[in-house]
Amino acid sequence: MINTITATKQNTEKTTDNMSNDISILSVGIDIGSTTAKIVITRNAEVIYEKYERHFSKVRNKLLEMLYDAREILENESFTVAISGSAGFGLAQSINLPFVQEVFVVGKVINALEPDTTTVIELGGEDAKIIFFDGGTDERMNGSCAGGTGAFIDQMASLLNITVDEMDKLALEHKKIYPIASRCGVFAKTDVQPLLNQGAAKSDIAASIFQAVVNQTIAGLAQGRKITGKVLFLGGPLYYCKGLQQRFKETLKLSDSQAVFPEYARYAVAFGTAIYARECADIRDFDGLCSDIEKSLNDKPIISALPPLFASEQDYEKFSQRHSKSDVPHRDISDYSGKSFLGIDCGSTTTKIVLLSENKEILYTYYSSNRGTPVEIIKEQLNEIYKLCGDRITIAGSAVTGYGEELVKNAFGVDIGVVETIAHYTAAKYFCPKVDFILDIGGQDIKCFKIKNGAIDSIMLNEACSSGCGSFIETFAKSMGYEVPDFAQQGLFAPAPVDLGSRCTVFMNSSVKQAQKDGVSVGDISAGLSISVVKNAIYKVIRATDVSELGENIIVQGGTFLNDAVLRAFERELNKNVIRPAISGLMGAYGCALISMKCTESSIITRKALENFTHTSKTAVCKGCTNHCTLTINTFEGGKKFISGNRCEKGLGSLSNAEVLPDLYEYKLNKLASYQGGSSKRGKIGLPMALGTYELLPLWYGIFTNLGFEVVLSGASTRRVYEKGQFTIPSDTACYPAKLMHGHIIKLMEEGVDAIFYPCLTYNVNEKSADNHYNCPVVAYYSELLSGNIDGLKETGFLYPYLNITSPKVLASGLRKSLCQKFGEIPAGEVKRAVKAGLEQYKNYMADIRKKGESAIEFAKKTGRRIMILAGRPYHIDSEICHGINKLATSLGFVVVSEDSICHLAKMPSVHVLNQWTYHSRLYRAAKYASQHSDVSLVQLVSFGCGVDAITTDEVRRILESNGKYYTQIKIDEITNLGAVKIRLRSLLGALEMNER
Amino acid sequence: MIIINKEYIKFTKKMKKDYTILIPNMLPIHFNMVIRVLESYGYKAKMLENEGHSVVESGLKYVHNDTCYPAILVIGQFIDALKSGSYDTHKVALMLFQTGGGCRASNYVSLLRKALIKAGYGYVPVVSFSLTGLEKHPGFKLTIPLLHKLMYAVTCGDLLMSLYNQCRTTETERGQSKALLDEWTEKIARGMRTVGPLRYEKIKQYYNQIVRDFDSIPRRNEKPIKVGIVGEIYVKFSSLGNNGLEQFLVDEGAQVCVPGFLDFCFYCIYNSIVDKKLYNMTKLPLFIYKFAFNFAKRKQQDMINAIKQNSNFEPMTPIDRTISLCDGYINLGVKMGEGWLLTAEMLELYDSGTKNIICTQPFGCLPNHICGKGMIRPLKERMSDINIVAVDYDAGATKVNQINRIKLMLANAKEQEIEKSDKKQPALV
Repeated sequence: MINTITATKQNTEKTTDNMSNDISILSVGIDIGSTTAKIVITRNAEVIYEKYERHFSKVRNKLLEMLYDAREILENESFTVAISGSAGFGLAQSINLPFVQEVFVVGKVINALEPDTTTVIELGGEDAKIIFFDGGTDERMNGSCAGGTGAFIDQMASLLNITVDEMDKLALEHKKIYPIASRCGVFAKTDVQPLLNQGAAKSDIAASIFQAVVNQTIAGLAQGRKITGKVLFLGGPLYYCKGLQQRFKETLKLSDSQAVFPEYARYAVAFGTAIYARECADIRDFDGLCSDIEKSLNDKPIISALPPLFASEQDYEKFSQRHSKSDVPHRDISDYSGKSFLGIDCGSTTTKIVLLSENKEILYTYYSSNRGTPVEIIKEQLNEIYKLCGDRITIAGSAVTGYGEELVKNAFGVDIGVVETIAHYTAAKYFCPKVDFILDIGGQDIKCFKIKNGAIDSIMLNEACSSGCGSFIETFAKSMGYEVPDFAQQGLFAPAPVDLGSRCTVFMNSSVKQAQKDGVSVGDISAGLSISVVKNAIYKVIRATDVSELGENIIVQGGTFLNDAVLRAFERELNKNVIRPAISGLMGAYGCALISMKCTESSIITRKALENFTHTSKTAVCKGCTNHCTLTINTFEGGKKFISGNRCEKGLGSLSNAEVLPDLYEYKLNKLASYQGGSSKRGKIGLPMALGTYELLPLWYGIFTNLGFEVVLSGASTRRVYEKGQFTIPSDTACYPAKLMHGHIIKLMEEGVDAIFYPCLTYNVNEKSADNHYNCPVVAYYSELLSGNIDGLKETGFLYPYLNITSPKVLASGLRKSLCQKFGEIPAGEVKRAVKAGLEQYKNYMADIRKKGESAIEFAKKTGRRIMILAGRPYHIDSEICHGINKLATSLGFVVVSEDSICHLAKMPSVHVLNQWTYHSRLYRAAKYASQHSDVSLVQLVSFGCGVDAITTDEVRRILESNGKYYTQIKIDEITNLGAVKIRLRSLLGALEMNER
Repeated sequence: MIIINKEYIKFTKKMKKDYTILIPNMLPIHFNMVIRVLESYGYKAKMLENEGHSVVESGLKYVHNDTCYPAILVIGQFIDALKSGSYDTHKVALMLFQTGGGCRASNYVSLLRKALIKAGYGYVPVVSFSLTGLEKHPGFKLTIPLLHKLMYAVTCGDLLMSLYNQCRTTETERGQSKALLDEWTEKIARGMRTVGPLRYEKIKQYYNQIVRDFDSIPRRNEKPIKVGIVGEIYVKFSSLGNNGLEQFLVDEGAQVCVPGFLDFCFYCIYNSIVDKKLYNMTKLPLFIYKFAFNFAKRKQQDMINAIKQNSNFEPMTPIDRTISLCDGYINLGVKMGEGWLLTAEMLELYDSGTKNIICTQPFGCLPNHICGKGMIRPLKERMSDINIVAVDYDAGATKVNQINRIKLMLANAKEQEIEKSDKKQPALV
């Protein structure tokens, strides 16, 4: 590996000649990234030594070690030295060495080695960078988000239970790419896990993960700038992962000569730092430098610390004793004969199994990581159980819960499928009949529910931006070279747990990084993470302001609570003792086993059939509707099939006998699609089907067709449409509906319309029930952003006048001015008449929607159906935005109405916030309506990143809960994880049913 | 006029006597003077200075975590102060400065009241101070003379801030500009306490003296890299919000340019004029806004003149110029959050020779998607040497990442500086 850079020596010399007085002096470049340390030593601008190693956060020790490794070279002469890298700043300060920003350094290297490079893409452990060299150097790096980086790839590989190397090899054999979000590891996990549970091929998942990294790099960093010309790829992940290289090349459509993956990819920053060191000419010698670093090992970290979890061994002893009391009777399976009951919890990352005797004694348990293939594991386990049972024990009942519920149920003929929440409640009741609060922290999800009057009263699940789950601790433990139990053990008696705050895991990642940088011990980090996980659960998921509001009798469970450090931190935070069942990790399975006791005979796969059991899976795309769900078709022994990934029943081919329930989302979507066409006497006007168009399309259609314009719509949103515009999105944290806008605009530009129309509307329609009638800033002014960030849009003719739609007169004059500029003179009278017609059209449209809403409700009442108000914004009916949740709801037996179709039926309730946005005021009225009718439930759809909904959600919740109704919120963005949504909706259904009983 | 909730706790006339009004420290220089003005009208007021982890923690605990960071900080600071035991909570009122309009920030008052109720301080009155509307409080009235004085607090604050920033990086004796700043803040504040109307001649005299005093501070003869700060108003100005950004830049050897608070006042008034033009909607007759706008414009011009006549300091950009710079970039109808002003300030900085800009915003700030981050590309397209970095602030973002981004921007700035001087003096080959 030595001398990889010498090939380009000539270039280097040219630039370094005027940099240093004495180029024969040794130069040391040190690059300390978030996960690795790199060192390069040069003489005469030639690399004579290089080394790359993981530092496991022991930055100073590792650097010292690496210097000693290079002792032979460095010992006998003085040298210049500088440090770079995201974790190098603190170190440079404390040993007083020059520090240089790493992106800046990469620029230097490129100038020296590959001057015709137009773009550099560098991925590191937790950093991602793009440097543009054409048309003015511009350098971009990831901000507070560490998604789409090496750490992300590591995390995904460990989720698949393979090494990064294996994942890379698999990726090269892929046949299909699934959409996976990479903004944060947690999101991606929620995408990957269902794929695994559904049995998608690992090679496809591996490639999809790399694709997610590519998408993140392009969307998050390029931010609208096109990546073309010669692209140089640097950094560890891009050096090692051929699969990732392939994804980048294909996505960016680069030829072999355009995509350069150099040998020195990992060392570029260290090399550049060596160049910089020469410029600084800060002369050091080996002994002095090493002793400085040694001294700095003792630097007291300046970081806020928390009190230790356990002050003494005795404390811990007492604690352990108290918790050991919450156990269930066990019985040796070998001396039991009779009926038994099987409970399976096929969770997101682990599979749990419990076998009970007729007397509720535990005969057998199993708890293990899924390693990506739940079907195989359960097959193995059933074999094992049958072997242990012999002829003495029969399985009389079985039940399954969790992410893999349907798959397992179908594969093995399990009798009952149970919603997770109900399974857990059943189990918890066994330990504490008076339980009023259950908190379950599993591998990647947090669930908690309150119980009132023997029924589940409210359910909270962690949303897309989840934080502090078990797998986070696991990943972290692994990255620091520990197994979870050892890691937890380290934390128990740590003297000063580091305060990591309570935030999303990605951010916690960087907090931990900082702590490591400051030399905090592993134990203190371990304890700090446990405390953070707990705080997240309490303050972010449950959103409790006062811990006493959780409940009196609290049961905690889930694998994460097996970790004593987490349990202790939780009791600390609550200042209350809680019950942790000894079978904390098995509660779901235990609950299932209890539920299965109502069976008398089981349909579970027989011992014989199990011997021949086989399982294969392949993917297909459903053509049932425009959602085009990706289906995973699992085939079992004897040709039995199970299809998953579909939102509705259509893909199963059973549509014919299913009843079609009213669905206002579907109705509105179809209705809006009819507002296009017309004669093109004056020209063609394109309207993007995004954001506010979903509300005002009938108005614009009425106006434009009246004026003799043909109305062209950009059509339904799809992933492809999103990707079309992805390059032009400047702010990655904007909501998905806004990001989709870009693709729609580009689609219209391709259609060849005469003008594209999306006006700026500070004010929306005035429904006269609120304090004001604003649009949110994004809906109101997004055109300003589009105009500045989409190439060629201005030339196409982009009309975005500032209009006042509440006054026909002002609307007409504003619109006329804008149209005349583009299309020449249009008589004022004509525009006035068109505006009148347009407003009429809009009025009719709204009246129709309301009528339809009323008749849907009537239908539900007549047929005894439950009604679900899917409450969001008008643009949430876009099937790419709501991901077919409406169909999921109807498949569960709900009649689906939209907020705007029924909100006229209720008066505006008094709200405690400023009620000044038109769309949002409908939410409050819809909530009021739901709270007045026992057969109506409200589910609020919230776009991730919607700042306004931070305000509305609390208010909608208050309106519902103060009237004794459930509040269910679903956060949505580009990820499609219907599995989690399904659990929520089924839990809601389960809770409703339980309440009725 | 926005009246949020009909049942809020009013600040009564009786409270005026013995209640202390607590004010968040968004703009320390300005608010110090505002407090003195309030005192001259018989109020007791105090600026909060509590910082640190407990502020953020209290905020996260009582405010929805997805709400913007400034709300979390401001409300967190209030509640942290109430809990600290330093105040008799039955003898304090809270004053919140906020914008109105379609940005979610207009909900700060309701969020604060909700948080207070949750934290058990529902009885503490909240006085919202907004340029677009005010709730009715019998004990707190904005009279014309009071407003008049407040305006001078703003202009003097802007002048002091600007000059202080232009001196602090190159002062030869460390701390001298800060001492002068404190001295003048005190002096003006004392002047503000006079009962009855303020004599404008005196203010103008102040202007001249201030400029001369700052000009007499000995400074090194060097040209530091100039870095402008724009952004969402709270994180732009408040060191609590931006992790001490100004100090960090000064320590890095840069000169900080922060467009003043008066610009924001102009922006608020001007939006009403634009509303009339675009939508034919106004709350008060148009001439009132025009009068206020022109009045403030004259005051700004007096300040600019004082700087130009007495020194070589960089004066503020006249508001008409600032507004005209928007042409071709963003429409003046964008009026939520900082709206067009944010884009205008970036242009204004570039126009006056500050090409390095930090655009600060709370994580996920809605208007900034458009007026901040959304405008960076069009700006760079036409001004190839503009060097902008967008930095997000929130409770979770670690300083390392922010500093890293800013350091990168500074490294680029330095390189540009070198390139520029290289061009001036062709190398001797």
